[in-house]
Amino acid sequence: METKSIMIVGVGGQGTLLASRILGSVLGTAGYEVKVSEVHGMSQRGGSVVTYIRYGEKVYSPVIEKGQADMIISFEQLEAARYVSYLKKDGTIITNTQKISPMPVITGAAEYPDGIIDKIKAMGINVIAVDALSAAEKAGSARAVNVVLMGVLSKVLPGIELDAWKKAVEKCVPAKVIEINEKAFDLGREM
Amino acid sequence: MSELMLGNQAVARGLYEAGVSVVSSYPGTPSTEITEFSSKYPEDEIYCEWAPNEKVACEVAIGASMAGARSFCAMKHVGLNVAADPLFTASYTGVNGGMVLAVADDPGMHSSQNEQDSRHYAIGAKVPMLEPSDSQECKDYAKLAYEISEKFDTPVILRLTTRVSHSQSAVTTEDRIERTLPEYKKNIAKNVMVPANAIKKHVVVEQRTLDLIEYAETSGINTVEMNSDEIGVITSGICYQYAKEALGDKASYLKLGMVNPLPVKLIKDFAAKVKTLYVIEELDDVIETHCRKNGIDVKGKELFTLQGEYFQSKVKQVVLGEKDEWQTLDAEIPVRPPVLCAGCPHRGVFYILKKLGVMVSGDIGCYTLGAAAPLSAIDTTVCMGASISGLHGFNKGRKGEYEGKAVAVIGDSTFMHSGITSLVDIAYNRSNSTVIVLDNSITGMTGHQNNPANGKNIYGDPASAVNLEALAHAIGINSVTVVNPGDLAETERVIKEELAKAEPSLIIARKPCALLKTVKHKPPFHIDADKCKNCKSCMRIGCPALVSGDKCITIDNTLCVGCGLCEQLCKFDAIKE
Repeated sequence: METKSIMIVGVGGQGTLLASRILGSVLGTAGYEVKVSEVHGMSQRGGSVVTYIRYGEKVYSPVIEKGQADMIISFEQLEAARYVSYLKKDGTIITNTQKISPMPVITGAAEYPDGIIDKIKAMGINVIAVDALSAAEKAGSARAVNVVLMGVLSKVLPGIELDAWKKAVEKCVPAKVIEINEKAFDLGREM
Repeated sequence: MSELMLGNQAVARGLYEAGVSVVSSYPGTPSTEITEFSSKYPEDEIYCEWAPNEKVACEVAIGASMAGARSFCAMKHVGLNVAADPLFTASYTGVNGGMVLAVADDPGMHSSQNEQDSRHYAIGAKVPMLEPSDSQECKDYAKLAYEISEKFDTPVILRLTTRVSHSQSAVTTEDRIERTLPEYKKNIAKNVMVPANAIKKHVVVEQRTLDLIEYAETSGINTVEMNSDEIGVITSGICYQYAKEALGDKASYLKLGMVNPLPVKLIKDFAAKVKTLYVIEELDDVIETHCRKNGIDVKGKELFTLQGEYFQSKVKQVVLGEKDEWQTLDAEIPVRPPVLCAGCPHRGVFYILKKLGVMVSGDIGCYTLGAAAPLSAIDTTVCMGASISGLHGFNKGRKGEYEGKAVAVIGDSTFMHSGITSLVDIAYNRSNSTVIVLDNSITGMTGHQNNPANGKNIYGDPASAVNLEALAHAIGINSVTVVNPGDLAETERVIKEELAKAEPSLIIARKPCALLKTVKHKPPFHIDADKCKNCKSCMRIGCPALVSGDKCITIDNTLCVGCGLCEQLCKFDAIKE
């Protein structure tokens, strides 16, 4: 099979790294060669963060560039807008509808763009927009947005058993919050 | 068994399997996790520590090696500047137990103040350098580095880059080599580097380089993969992955696993087999220069660049002339720069410094973000510790004109790293400089490592804590004041008072990092919409939890940790607990 490329994008502190570890773990268990590329450090402090996951029979580069992604999972609307150019023409984007203002918007130096999701749809891109924050809060913690979105992804991504997803979630989240995250994953699947 | 590992985690696994028993490092992105993962192995197998800085860490590794242990230290590229002094002479003494130093370069500067290429250090110190291209190689090369170190009697550098350190790929694990400590024998000629001994050792070092070149030619660490006689690529590390991704079987490859010293015959033979030969290397033209020096015609930096990361599309574009296509969203997308976190204890200090309009000599850490809008409080940032010595120089340079109008800001961990000697300079050479230690009780930016000032070691066990107040007094700073930076009025009063003094002074702004799990937060604050006049006074502190609106400010309750800084700025009593 051709190498597939998935990006996870969001705001530092939203738990994108954990999501990429769950996805990497699931794909590895499914027998693919997997590479996951993260960037730590400066980008964590409320900045724009991006993780690349590539999988297939043989993967060389761990990095995804503009026009190369099969799928993007965005934790925030503005980040969906920022990275949509990374998608292939027939790509899919799963985005959380949550909005988090970046500092230039907070200080009034820039405006948060309107109608992002409609604009992305108008590009001919397949958009799945979900309110992952409400679902996470319903599951018991606003921090579970990442696992809600993995639940959404599990319905879209072909070839992976539900049980493998559940095991990966269990393996990757801290023991204290397994129940909340199991619930968050199920709520994601229902969206 | 195979499992997904970060490159850094795989290096740590390699250390474990190689029977390494002493690890000493100072944190630095993207190298930090090597030491963190190493510390997860049993302490009686691999002893790990955070050293105050990279020079100390490197010297600990040298001492452990002389004692017969296999030893290790890790650092980021700029950390090797600090550790260069011991490294250059450890190259002369050689090793007893194997010694490996890992250095992580940061092409693209994801989290660094410059983009230097550490390969120059391997050339300068005349030590071998290995460069892995994925996590499996991280582990394998770490182990191989110890064999090379002991075989050739030399420290070995393992060179990583951000994309290798922070990418996960599959790694097959093996058992740890059980190693018996060799006997320690005093050997003055080998280990005491006075001129008479060092003169002899330099001859040994040059012969060692010749032996290592022979190793580079024949050992199999550098591999040739013939696919095409049209296009040849010489590359190493992550660039090998980019080249393979972009060119696949359309090119032949000479993959250099050892980037110092470089082979000559191997490259000449490869060059003879292909029509056009490219060198694909991020940062400086090290391999390219080597090829040209040996009369090998290559294409390199005239087509690529000295800046940033390459990736597969660049290789495809340069070598094949093919361009990827993509579509862009028709909208202005505001940037999202990193910011000081909600509740960050540094915010109050920077707000006051901006208000007072003083010159701020800055340093390396989370608090470098105090340079970002709207606080924009910092004037300079160069390297670890430079805030303090730089301020002293600034005050001397302006002949005292800025004394009372300039401060240095430095974090607790950075102060331990290389701020102390700078403070000694202020006391000893007398400038009326005011230094603020932003003591948040942790090494923050690299992801929360303990340090010599916070009372815990790498394992989280209780440790001796440097008493900053007593240290400053001992150095000769008589005016030392501790302030809570969460109290704006008090912080302003103390800074003004210390600036006015005709003597050097130290302010310790002490409040723990808001992200520490041990810190108890108040519930989020909220805005009384009836009282808020939307004057935006509170917005001047640049808190990500404050959101501007048409009628009034709101507080994002998923971010606010109830630090109360904004409440102190509201003249209309609109911000409530």
